[in-house]
Amino acid sequence: MSASVTTPALRKTALNAVHRQMGAKMVDFGGWDMPVEYSGLIAEHMAVRTGVGLFDVSHMGDIQLRGPESLAAIQHICMNDASKLQVGQAQYSAMLYPQGTFVDDVIVHKFSDNDYLIVINAGTREKDYGWIKTNAQKFHCHVSDYSDYYTQLAIQGPKASETLQKLTKVDLSSIKGYWFTWGTVCGLPNTLIARTGYTGEDGFEIYIPSDEATSKRVWEEVLEAGKEFGILPCGLGARNTLRLESAMSLYGHEISDTINVYEAGLDRFCKLEKGPFIGSEALQQVIAAGGPERKLVGLEVIERGIARDGYGVFNEGGTQIGVVASGSPAPFLKKNIALAFVPRDHAALDSEVFVQVRNTMVKAKVVPIPFYRRPKKQS
Amino acid sequence: MAYPANYRYTREHEWIEVDGKTGKIGITDYAQNSLGDIVFVDAPKVGAAVRKGEVFGSVESVKAVSDLYSPVSGTVTEVNEELASSPEKINTGAHDAWIMKVELSDPSEVDSLLGAADYEKFIAEETGH
Repeated sequence: MSASVTTPALRKTALNAVHRQMGAKMVDFGGWDMPVEYSGLIAEHMAVRTGVGLFDVSHMGDIQLRGPESLAAIQHICMNDASKLQVGQAQYSAMLYPQGTFVDDVIVHKFSDNDYLIVINAGTREKDYGWIKTNAQKFHCHVSDYSDYYTQLAIQGPKASETLQKLTKVDLSSIKGYWFTWGTVCGLPNTLIARTGYTGEDGFEIYIPSDEATSKRVWEEVLEAGKEFGILPCGLGARNTLRLESAMSLYGHEISDTINVYEAGLDRFCKLEKGPFIGSEALQQVIAAGGPERKLVGLEVIERGIARDGYGVFNEGGTQIGVVASGSPAPFLKKNIALAFVPRDHAALDSEVFVQVRNTMVKAKVVPIPFYRRPKKQS
Repeated sequence: MAYPANYRYTREHEWIEVDGKTGKIGITDYAQNSLGDIVFVDAPKVGAAVRKGEVFGSVESVKAVSDLYSPVSGTVTEVNEELASSPEKINTGAHDAWIMKVELSDPSEVDSLLGAADYEKFIAEETGH
């Protein structure tokens, strides 16, 4: 009677055994066996806000485009204007469906005029690679999936630079935010060092060879270098609360194949003026029709209660008007916050709405996003 | 962490320490560990009626919310007010941080609850170890 269902084996990063040895709590994240927390989500979150934290983000994908028409292909596939990139510069962007909704959000790195790296999300890796390959076909360029070649480590927090500086001779202070370079890190030559991240803090992402021994060695050397700053290994739990405080999008929540660019509030990364690209026509129609009907807003829960992903948003009359995309207690801000889709007439700052927290209607108000902005560095 | 031998346990990971007709109720170390950092405890009011196997409140961690199921039927006689301001006490000592005290309406209900050894066996099976 019972059909046997075979669950596909969870994929593992090169650091899987290290995470388990260190006592991390592991979860299935988009088919990956990943650490959700080590010492505790709040402690890890605070380490990144006040010191430094280390994340294994090797589950992210890395797609390289090479050839004379790489830029043309990227301009066709991605919504931001990659022609503005200089060699050594990276850019937040997104790949759209023809209807203006999201295939995925990405970071485009310009290696040279004929060579670009697109960093994509873990849960959408196969879909993204297929999408890029198909849509780059008519351009003279070669698409390669290098996802499994790299262990990607994120070193994040106000002490990230000092931590990583101990492991490289590259002058990290010369790398600006959303720029990158190559250099020797932990004795590994030509390591990609990017000043990028997903936490709202200063920090770096480094791409090292994905063999277990090298991955483990570098992981341990970073932890050792960060010791004096109270470095903590961090899991996906803290990664989520950090990005939520900074109001950064997560695929399947703030962006998806049913959410368009204007609803997600990512207009500033979408450059219609650069010329046509996949999704641009539909987006022009959205504008011609007067803009999106719903918008992503930041909510702060005023009454007692925690808004969580998928909870309904209601008006005073008790009619459902929207939904929470991501909601959580914010460990640094010590407030209960959420990103939610609401109709435009409820999107103004200080608008009051209600979130249904289980059986109770809890009052919340629209607040500016990002909820958290890191203090400007005094140099 | 050791599961006190004088407590009884539910399969939903609550514990009860019975003293005469009164039971002190909390969640197990296994439960707090699965939830992670607890930030909110929603407990019933003194005088409320609770029923064995039914939801009497919830605990929320940063990541998740989890219902609380009463191990016994009865009337709430006391609520641990300390948890309102310091819910993390459950993380640091789950078997001390009681959530409510209940006057049992039927003390024989306790007999159907798990002993410490059986509870430990149950969570070992649940985690597949």
